[in-house]
Amino acid sequence: MTTTALPHPTRRLTPAPPPGDLLDTPKFPKSVKRYLGNSQLRANLRHATGTIRAKRARVTAELSNWEQLRQAGEAIKNRTARHLDVYLEQLEANLIANGAQVHWASTAAEANRIVVDLVKAKGVSEVVKVKSMVTQEIELNEALEAAGVAAWETDLAELIVQLGHDRPSHILVPAIHRNRSEVREIFLQEMKLYGRAAPKDLSDNPPDLAGAARAHLREKFMRAKVGISGANFMVADSGTLVVVESEGNGRMCLTLPETLISVVGIEKTVPTLEDLEVFLQLLPRSSTGERMNPYTSMWTGVTPGDGPQEVHVVLVDNGRTKVLADPIGRQALRCIRCSACMNICPVYERVGGHAYGSVYPGPIGAILTPQLRGTASAIDQSLPYASSLCGACADVCPVRIPIPELLVHMRHRVVEERKRKHPGLERTIMKVGGWIMGRGSRFGAVEKLAGKARGILRKDKLGPMPWPASPWTNARDLPLPPAQSFRDWWKSGQADNPFVSSQPAEEARP
Amino acid sequence: MSKSDILARIRNSLIDVTQDDPVLDVPVDWQYGQATAVAEPIELFIERVIDYKATVVRAASEKDVPRLVAEGLAQAQATSLVVPAGVDPAWVAQAAQAGVELVQDDPPLSHQRLNEISAVITASVVGMAETGTIALDHRGDQGRRELSLVPDMHVCVIRTDQIVTDVPQAMARLAPSLRQHQPVTWISGPSATSDIELSRVEGVHGPRTLHVIVVG
Ligand code: SF4
Repeated sequence: MTTTALPHPTRRLTPAPPPGDLLDTPKFPKSVKRYLGNSQLRANLRHATGTIRAKRARVTAELSNWEQLRQAGEAIKNRTARHLDVYLEQLEANLIANGAQVHWASTAAEANRIVVDLVKAKGVSEVVKVKSMVTQEIELNEALEAAGVAAWETDLAELIVQLGHDRPSHILVPAIHRNRSEVREIFLQEMKLYGRAAPKDLSDNPPDLAGAARAHLREKFMRAKVGISGANFMVADSGTLVVVESEGNGRMCLTLPETLISVVGIEKTVPTLEDLEVFLQLLPRSSTGERMNPYTSMWTGVTPGDGPQEVHVVLVDNGRTKVLADPIGRQALRCIRCSACMNICPVYERVGGHAYGSVYPGPIGAILTPQLRGTASAIDQSLPYASSLCGACADVCPVRIPIPELLVHMRHRVVEERKRKHPGLERTIMKVGGWIMGRGSRFGAVEKLAGKARGILRKDKLGPMPWPASPWTNARDLPLPPAQSFRDWWKSGQADNPFVSSQPAEEARP
Repeated sequence: MSKSDILARIRNSLIDVTQDDPVLDVPVDWQYGQATAVAEPIELFIERVIDYKATVVRAASEKDVPRLVAEGLAQAQATSLVVPAGVDPAWVAQAAQAGVELVQDDPPLSHQRLNEISAVITASVVGMAETGTIALDHRGDQGRRELSLVPDMHVCVIRTDQIVTDVPQAMARLAPSLRQHQPVTWISGPSATSDIELSRVEGVHGPRTLHVIVVG
């Protein structure tokens, strides 16, 4: 008799992210509640956004032609988007001419399949990654994990997030919700499970923590056969890809492995090499508030004898062509992911990135996410409302995306969509309202009723109320109707009011 | 085929675009490649590189380079130095006399071997004053990218005639290299991170010491 070995309970290769799907994030006003109560998070965020804001303001004021740069950035990105097919074909031709292999992916699933197949073909069980928004968007790490490949984030903050079984809360400083002692704990507990352990006597000094990350990752860089990156820009007329970074982990991933796979959203294209002079001024000053980021890497396909000798570029759509179809909404595709709009946003500063239920948080997330994913889920329908429309984001955006205008536009789209799905509800509310307001006597009766309510409740503000008033009153105090309505006051006060005629107001109307 | 699907979707989404020429369709009001108003580019360059916590020394002429290289390495207690094939042997002669082991990249060094070497020396192609940035295009006197990445100290030699005002002028100088498929690396100080409580730490994965010698 033969016995079949029971399959091992599957052991993960990398730390598990928190359970649940981003799409299942409750709608914004509800999800905000979870984070507003976290005073550590709020203090960290206030400090971080405040500091970066001040640095950004200082270094953008240094350039006398900052406004011209922003206008040029806007125009170049508009030019690209409006002729994206032409530029993508040019880009592909130049990449191929320089020895790169180009793949096109319509969806996240397709992009993941392409990358998994390429990695599997190399026979490796581990890859090193440069921080990339699009690979987070398509959840590539989990796809690789499922295929038996460990994907290691090498950006310090992303490593903290990954080892902490966590999600990024900011696109530029993803671990800003963690403080130094938490980082120390995470490193001590987790590093030893996946490679070189953190020193036992690790302090919580940032230089020591960075040193532990350097040692832990150096081992992985040295043996990595496959690197995975995104790109900040892809140049159509030369086939050059650009990665902007600070720590050198990007250079490691782009240089040491034998195979490099770059996964890039199609909107990252710019027409010419010369255009980079605009964006390489706009991006660092807007994002970290530095005159220049420590390292920028540019490479064009394969360079014989230097760096990876097998180079792949995966061009990802995943909803971008849908965004392109809306002439107003497509402006969001200009985004260069600098995070300036987040740092300036009063809503973001208080709730942090997790509440947005998307890898793209803050003002840009509020306009981009519902366009990329559609507005079927509760969180996506509520995102365009996650703003007070104060307009600060549009003023700092280096590519002049009119975010408030797009928020209003997206609200309109959400409402239109809802009307299509539930044509009855809104019409009924409007009908009832119309009936009440259609005759003065009916309106007066309702007003009186409301005034009585105040007497019964004995307060002058209403807190959260049951549905259908809940969406409004959960986030705002509603003043109670006055004890005396305007119309009553008008009537009663006429004796000592010189402006009031003897005629009752109601009958004065035509 | 996803390629044709994506291109078809793009074309469908852009039916409102009627002008076929991108340049006519969206004019870009920008003068490319211009110098910016910087009074003393060399002084500003040095100031800005120091701002990034790199060390900068000045050589009156090429003749001073060997001494400054040797002194820089001694200060950092570097015991071995990678020398790309195109680097002028005179630059490293004095360091060698002082006992620094010179390592050639021929045959190409393994990652592991490179990881054991304390420093690398390279020339450079452009310096940007406004931002304190140095660009390499990794030709002979700079070596392949890995050489200036893995060792913990980077000694970088730049001539004053290579220093331009700002990013646009630098891009104009670098475009020909990029069009010839050379990789290009921009370096603004040693690697750095602000990921933990936003406190700046110099030196994460790239060389933790950047030592710049300005010649001329
Ligand atoms: S929308 Fe503008 S400000 Fe916000 S991340 Fe994108 S480019 Fe930066």
